[in-house]
Amino acid sequence: MTAVPTSPAPLTKKDYKTDQEVRWCPGCGDYSILNAVQGAFAKLGKQLHETVIVSGIGCSSRFPYYMETFGFHTIHGRAPAIATGVKTSNPALDVWVVTGDGDAMSIGGNHFIHAMRRNVGLKILMFNNRIYGLTKGQFSPTSEQGKVTKSSPLGSVDYPFSPIALSLGAGGTFIARGIDVFGPHLEDTICKASAHKGTALVEIYQNCNIFNDGAYKGFTEKEVRDERILYLEHGKPLLFGANKDKGIRFDANFQPQIVTGADLDKAFVWDETAANVAPAMALATMSEGEFPVPVGVFRRREKPNFETGIQAQITAAKSKKKESIRDLLFAGEIWDVS
Amino acid sequence: MQTSNTTAGTEKGLQDLDQIVIRFAGDSGDGMQLTGDQFTRTTALMGNDIATFPDFPAEIRAPAGTLPGVSAFQLRFSSFDIHTPGDAPDVLVAMNPAALKVHLKELRKDGILLLNTASFSALDLKKAKYEKDPRTDGTLDGWRVIEVDLEARTLEALATSKLDNRGKERCKNMYALGILYWMFHRDMAPTEKAIAQKFAKKPELVEANLMAMKAGFAYAETTEIFQTAYRVPPAQMKPGTYRNIMGNQSLCLGLVAAGQKAGLQLFLGSYPITPASDILHQLSTYKHHGVVTFQAEDEIAAVCSAIGASYSGSLGITSTSGPGMALKAEAIGLAVMAELPLVILNVQRAGPSTGMPTKTQQADLLQAMYGRNGECPVAVIAASTPADAFEVGYEAVRIAVKYMLPVIVLSDGYIANGSEPWLLPDPEKLPAIPVKFAPEGQPGTKFMPYARDAQTLARPWAKPGTKGLVHRIGGIEKADVTGNICYEADNHQHMVDTRAQKVANIAADIPPIETIGPRTGDVLVLGWGSTRGAITASTLRLQKDGHKISCACLRFLNPLPNDLGDLMRGFKKVVLPEMNKGQLAMILRAKYLIDVVSFSQVNGQPFKSHDIHAFLQKTLASLGSTRDAGSAKETRR
Ligand SMILES: Cc1ncc(C[n+]2csc(CCOP(=O)(O)OP(=O)(O)O)c2C)c(N)n1
Ligand code: SF4
Ligand SMILES: [Mg+2]
Repeated sequence: MTAVPTSPAPLTKKDYKTDQEVRWCPGCGDYSILNAVQGAFAKLGKQLHETVIVSGIGCSSRFPYYMETFGFHTIHGRAPAIATGVKTSNPALDVWVVTGDGDAMSIGGNHFIHAMRRNVGLKILMFNNRIYGLTKGQFSPTSEQGKVTKSSPLGSVDYPFSPIALSLGAGGTFIARGIDVFGPHLEDTICKASAHKGTALVEIYQNCNIFNDGAYKGFTEKEVRDERILYLEHGKPLLFGANKDKGIRFDANFQPQIVTGADLDKAFVWDETAANVAPAMALATMSEGEFPVPVGVFRRREKPNFETGIQAQITAAKSKKKESIRDLLFAGEIWDVS
Repeated sequence: MQTSNTTAGTEKGLQDLDQIVIRFAGDSGDGMQLTGDQFTRTTALMGNDIATFPDFPAEIRAPAGTLPGVSAFQLRFSSFDIHTPGDAPDVLVAMNPAALKVHLKELRKDGILLLNTASFSALDLKKAKYEKDPRTDGTLDGWRVIEVDLEARTLEALATSKLDNRGKERCKNMYALGILYWMFHRDMAPTEKAIAQKFAKKPELVEANLMAMKAGFAYAETTEIFQTAYRVPPAQMKPGTYRNIMGNQSLCLGLVAAGQKAGLQLFLGSYPITPASDILHQLSTYKHHGVVTFQAEDEIAAVCSAIGASYSGSLGITSTSGPGMALKAEAIGLAVMAELPLVILNVQRAGPSTGMPTKTQQADLLQAMYGRNGECPVAVIAASTPADAFEVGYEAVRIAVKYMLPVIVLSDGYIANGSEPWLLPDPEKLPAIPVKFAPEGQPGTKFMPYARDAQTLARPWAKPGTKGLVHRIGGIEKADVTGNICYEADNHQHMVDTRAQKVANIAADIPPIETIGPRTGDVLVLGWGSTRGAITASTLRLQKDGHKISCACLRFLNPLPNDLGDLMRGFKKVVLPEMNKGQLAMILRAKYLIDVVSFSQVNGQPFKSHDIHAFLQKTLASLGSTRDAGSAKETRR
């Protein structure tokens, strides 16, 4: 009798929950993100043991403890570097990085940009609450200028940067944004990230209701959402508003402009696979106050993965040359003494 | 250069010597390292024992003819077992005034100076900071000076070569090598072979280089200037197959051999830094052994990627030097907490900060032992010679895997770039490195990532991708066995003690300390790392003189061998030469309450054995040590 391999029953959201008590503050946006990730993972058709989640340090980086997969809670900022080692040494694993705006943009900025540049097959979920949550509320590299915190009582002097623009500059091949309170959209974006072969970044706007409450209220509240959010949809014009009666186009200088009425058909048709980064860059850097906030996929390009290239060299070298330990040691100019 | 009988050989005199120390010195563009390397290979193949010491300038290309641009290569070969590349050279080859200026003072009185006179213009002298021509103002008195215009001679010799004049001139090092090959009765064939290989794609270069070498050889044979040739008969070496090896090379071979033996994929995460970069370069050529090398964006990423690789079931290695070690500290702490195997190679250089990258030192011991936050013990082992680095690399892998912890390997610039003949080990007899990954978990059971092996206290190595093993680990304190986050007081105490005990347990795995000389006596000279050669040489000399002196070189620095305390207590005095301000001495004094005497030198240079000898003589005299002719024949090891 031959054993018929039974494909394991598809996993549910519940299968991804652990027995560990979740320790985020009640009301923290991280809960909705956890929910969206578990929802997405249930759809990916993987088994629990095929996934590794590597995190740094921060409230966000507690994430692996709540996921019934392999999890490695490491040190501040270094998760992309550790995950690069995991993925490169075993490309078959499904490797995710969970990080925060301080973890990835500040102390770990270097590892972050180089992971993007190399196109390692990592899926990076960056929880951006525009604050250092775990250390109780200092401004971060994504906090708006003038932010009053315990370390900036007169307002921060630093300018923030856009993680999306940074990733575009670093040569990222999948760059997207989701928002904690837009659960289904976030779940969908995570599934798209998972489907991408190279490095995928999902920046997730997350509310820290303790130290930066309402950071995204201006465009996420029910009443304003429709007017303030721009959903990026591949192959469709950039339209927003409750009745999709506003659009975004670019002028001759690549400045974004809001168009309405008769000009609506001039709205830019979004191509997330475009070779030119300029449109994505323009959207990533346009003023949050003057323009709607883009969510969805900014960029998606196929490019060979780092780990695949590395392992291909190994495979080729192995098939070209077989060498025993003896041949390895007894090489070069050797001589005998009797 | 102890002379024995003069034998007739050629028309000129041929003298047998038992050892020779030669130093090649020239501009960094003069090819001194290549010249030294060729002499070394030939000499090794001719059966002499040999030790080498390349001394690189700090700059890659300092302005030609200046003092900072001087590059040197010292080698010592003999007809007996030697331990160091020697102190003062018997022969100095100086390719320009700057090389003369830097190295002449070290040439043994009455030693031979082969001086290239091609560039002694006023400007050349000024660049070398000579006010007057040293050839005419008595500076060279007391040495046997042989002046040769190497450039003119080389140009003559290469009259028919297709190279342009610049290219021809660059062969002058080979002309000098030819002279030395005649003087020291060396075979030119190995160099002919090596040069043909090196420039395989440029036949005109092969031709010119070899023509220059042969012309140099013929010149020495025919001109009157050279009266005598010298011969150093082969050494009595242990039977077996040998290969000349540099420290960085053999360290790599040890790692690759261990990886093969263990059946593990090696993963090196590294960021270039002198003098460790060659490890990255060399391991990058072992892809056919499945070695993955990752040139990371910095040293933190380098060690972190290695940790990630170990986590996923490869053996993670990271290589660096002092400044890089400083950056890796936090991540090494993570590996200690996660209890993952990791091999960290520190090829030490002169610090602090950037220090002197091309110079040697062993001042990172305390950093290796204690340079992390919290109670964070790791195993620390040290290579002591270029060939020993093989065993140490191999041992590091074995320990890391068996005990599931980071192992720091200390080497240094002197070992890394020095070379010696290596008695090749029988690959079959290398110790086994058993690796057991955690097996698939049974449905309904929960995997316990911190359940421990009763003997070693190692936790299981659980490869992601293995069914039924999902679990979470990290740098946060965890409960033993389950691995769940735990801040309880008793648990933390227990985990701190357990991590320390794991390292301490390795002591049971270490063979007793090998001593040269009896295990009791007046003075015990202890050492670790590259001081081994100089310590051994001075100890043997004093033993020959009848002193009750013994020496030992420690491979394991954490944990220290179990028999170290008793060994030290068997002597009236323990002396510890170190190229730092007394770091191991401090540890031993603290741990054993023994008044270990530190002999410290931190000048970027290896110890000279005569300095150690002088210090030991003083120590022996202070003890009123009496010579005992009977102990002179004490067996070694
Ligand atoms: C080397 C190091 N420096 C500083 C800290 C303290 N620290 C922990 S988390 C953190 C900032 C976290 O901010 P972020 O990444 O935005 O995560 P959040 O808590 O907001 O999710 C800091 C500064 C640390 N753990 N390690
Ligand atoms: S501090 Fe902020 S980010 Fe951290 S758990 Fe609490 S609400 Fe969430
Ligand atoms: Mg944050």
